[in-house]
Amino acid sequence: MPEKSASNLVAEPQSPPKIRSPKRPAGTLYRGKEGMWSWVLHRITGVAIYFFLLVHILDTALVRVSPEAYNAVIDTYKTPLMGLGEIALVAAIAFHAFNGLRIILIDFWAFGAKHQRTMFWVVIGLWVVLLAAFIPRQLMHIFGG
Amino acid sequence: MSTAVAENKPAAAEVVPTFTATLMIRRFDPEVDEEPRWEDFDVELYETDRILDALHKIKWEMDGSLTFRRSCAHGVCGSDAMRINGRNRLACKTLIKDLDISKPIYVEAIKGLPLEKDLIVDMEPFFDSFKEVNPFLMAGPVKGGKERKQSPVERARFDDTTKCILCAACTSSCPVFWTDGQYFGPAAIVNAHRFIFDSRDEGAGVRLDILNDKEGVWRCRTTFNCTDACPRGIQVTQAIAEVKQAIIKGKP
Repeated sequence: MPEKSASNLVAEPQSPPKIRSPKRPAGTLYRGKEGMWSWVLHRITGVAIYFFLLVHILDTALVRVSPEAYNAVIDTYKTPLMGLGEIALVAAIAFHAFNGLRIILIDFWAFGAKHQRTMFWVVIGLWVVLLAAFIPRQLMHIFGG
Repeated sequence: MSTAVAENKPAAAEVVPTFTATLMIRRFDPEVDEEPRWEDFDVELYETDRILDALHKIKWEMDGSLTFRRSCAHGVCGSDAMRINGRNRLACKTLIKDLDISKPIYVEAIKGLPLEKDLIVDMEPFFDSFKEVNPFLMAGPVKGGKERKQSPVERARFDDTTKCILCAACTSSCPVFWTDGQYFGPAAIVNAHRFIFDSRDEGAGVRLDILNDKEGVWRCRTTFNCTDACPRGIQVTQAIAEVKQAIIKGKP
């Protein structure tokens, strides 16, 4: 025991300053291209769809517990706010679906990696066309009565 | 002698035009700083200068404490990978005139590896995953003759991935690697690809097993940051996709 404390006393003054790396080396945002941003969008839409499905399974399961409660919940879905939410949902699912096909092609088609950038803009194109067809129709449903 | 040279080149009397560029460098001194900090330097440069020349100018003429790695300065040794204006590049292969000098040029260390000082990171985790994929020829004794023969077509199969200089630009551009340091990373997979698809090598099965791990090729989310960052122009994501296919098929 005395030996230990003695060595501690000797070691302490000469111990060099501890080299520590910073807690979180942030810095600028990495400026990735289409590939990175498509991945970011894919992840965001994926998580959003997951939470929607979770709620959706719960509200559908409600019909077995109480049909009245189920009807009440379904009625709230007819409000304009939920109608706009459906637009967001369709936008998220459409992007996730088209980009998912792009990722499958990148992994399984021999020339997928080569054409990934073109395929990304094709995905965006299809997505815009789909939404251009869906949004006016949905707005008519919500506000047309 | 010197006058003779001057007479030979009368045009050289004209002053070579220079311009001033501002470099914002993310500095970190572990003995002083708690957090990295940005410091700006105005540097006078020539049209032909690269980021590495600007860093040299700062280190040699303005602030000797600036710390960075460099060795060959010609894009072969892979020492000076850094994040330049938010993208991983080699400082010795990035010409200042290709950047927008009306704004500051942001230079910082590569991401995802422990920062040691200024532009230097600890490369050990990177080399550890490189070592794990057995980056060497695995082959038994030569069967018949003295050489391991290979046709030009067989050689061309893995030509792209032989170009790697282990600069870590790809691995430290990967969003998966930033959040999950356990991921092998593109560079290790590229170097595994180089041997998996080599007709002389017999260790493909071993390497494919290693890369079939939870932290192996399946972590790749095809963001293509690595392909964009590679200073050697290796089609990194393509190589990873080929390794994925080889694992599915069970053979290269």
